[in-house]
Amino acid sequence: MTEQTLQVEILRYRPETDQDPAFQTYTVPYRDDWVVLDALNHIKDNIDRTLSYRWSCHMAVCGSCGMMINGEPKLSCHAFLRDYYPNKVRVEPLANFPIERDLVAVTDDFMEKLESVKPYVIPQQERAVDEGPHLQTPAQLNAFKQYTMCINCLLCYAACPQYGLTPDFVGPAALALAHRYNLDTRDAGREQRQEIAASNEGVWDCTFVGECSQACPKSVDPAAAIQQTKIASTIDWYKALLNPWGKR
Amino acid sequence: MAKSNKPIVWSLFAGGGMLSAFVTPVLIFVTGLAVPLGLMSLDSLSYDRMLVLAQNPVGKIVLFAVIFLPLWHAAHRLLTTLHDVGLPKGRIAMTACYGAAALGSIAAAVVLLRI
Ligand code: SF4
Ligand code: FES
Repeated sequence: MTEQTLQVEILRYRPETDQDPAFQTYTVPYRDDWVVLDALNHIKDNIDRTLSYRWSCHMAVCGSCGMMINGEPKLSCHAFLRDYYPNKVRVEPLANFPIERDLVAVTDDFMEKLESVKPYVIPQQERAVDEGPHLQTPAQLNAFKQYTMCINCLLCYAACPQYGLTPDFVGPAALALAHRYNLDTRDAGREQRQEIAASNEGVWDCTFVGECSQACPKSVDPAAAIQQTKIASTIDWYKALLNPWGKR
Repeated sequence: MAKSNKPIVWSLFAGGGMLSAFVTPVLIFVTGLAVPLGLMSLDSLSYDRMLVLAQNPVGKIVLFAVIFLPLWHAAHRLLTTLHDVGLPKGRIAMTACYGAAALGSIAAAVVLLRI
């Protein structure tokens, strides 16, 4: 029996030689337990060593292998070839980001936005080690647990039409992480995060398309986090209006 | 970063969305289907009854709410849709959309107050 094969069409871009990105097609063996990342690794190991892409864990944990697969943002370690076979698979770098090289996207914009929302616990008061751990009930943990699952894979940014149209938009994952820390009972940093989250570039640019939550491989549901932040920020705003002398 | 005033339009948008989703379909059913098709008595939307509704202060508030909130909802939705199809969210689009909603709201208020 001849070996079953599958064609993989990859958007290549090597800035030192290529004027523009262009597709290159490779033929790889087809195995029904292979994911797109396996096909890329096969190409890199056996066909073309110049191919560049990011990956690390091969198990949907590290968040580095996000790509557009047949036009949809997916983790390439989570996209089985059997879902595409016998058709061609088209692989491109994440949409809405500039291309660094081949399938590697420039993600600096997200990194800056992520930093800007202070995604870490900002305690009311520093706690000394001998004061012991800061206890939390299961219910308190549950309030934000789903938002801790984010692996910064940026599939949500590639899926978000508003981020594509308005590059200043802080975007789904960063806003979901801001919400995650705001909901944490150990945290007192909401006011600092609101500077960004409730600004014009924050939650308001979201029109609740919901593609981010569809694309998210970790069921974080960033769209829900953004809508909850909109409601909370609106309540803040009216409170400040009714009580202009109160604390902002 | 500057404090955003977007909560004003967003709350009108959200409130209007809620009304448009829950109340507007009922209103369309009653005024557009149930009464004309005779499922409800023709008399229920008679001029006299409607006049009493519009003269009552609570009736005025209800009528104003079902007119003005969906108007703001539509304005904001239209503006974001224009943005989606490639029109920049500039002053002109904003003034046209929110301006129309504001004019509609003022007109509704004036008419209701004069009844
Ligand atoms: S919210 Fe989901 S899609 Fe977005 S970066 Fe986090 S894990 Fe990825
Ligand atoms: S390789 Fe780590 S998430 Fe895919």
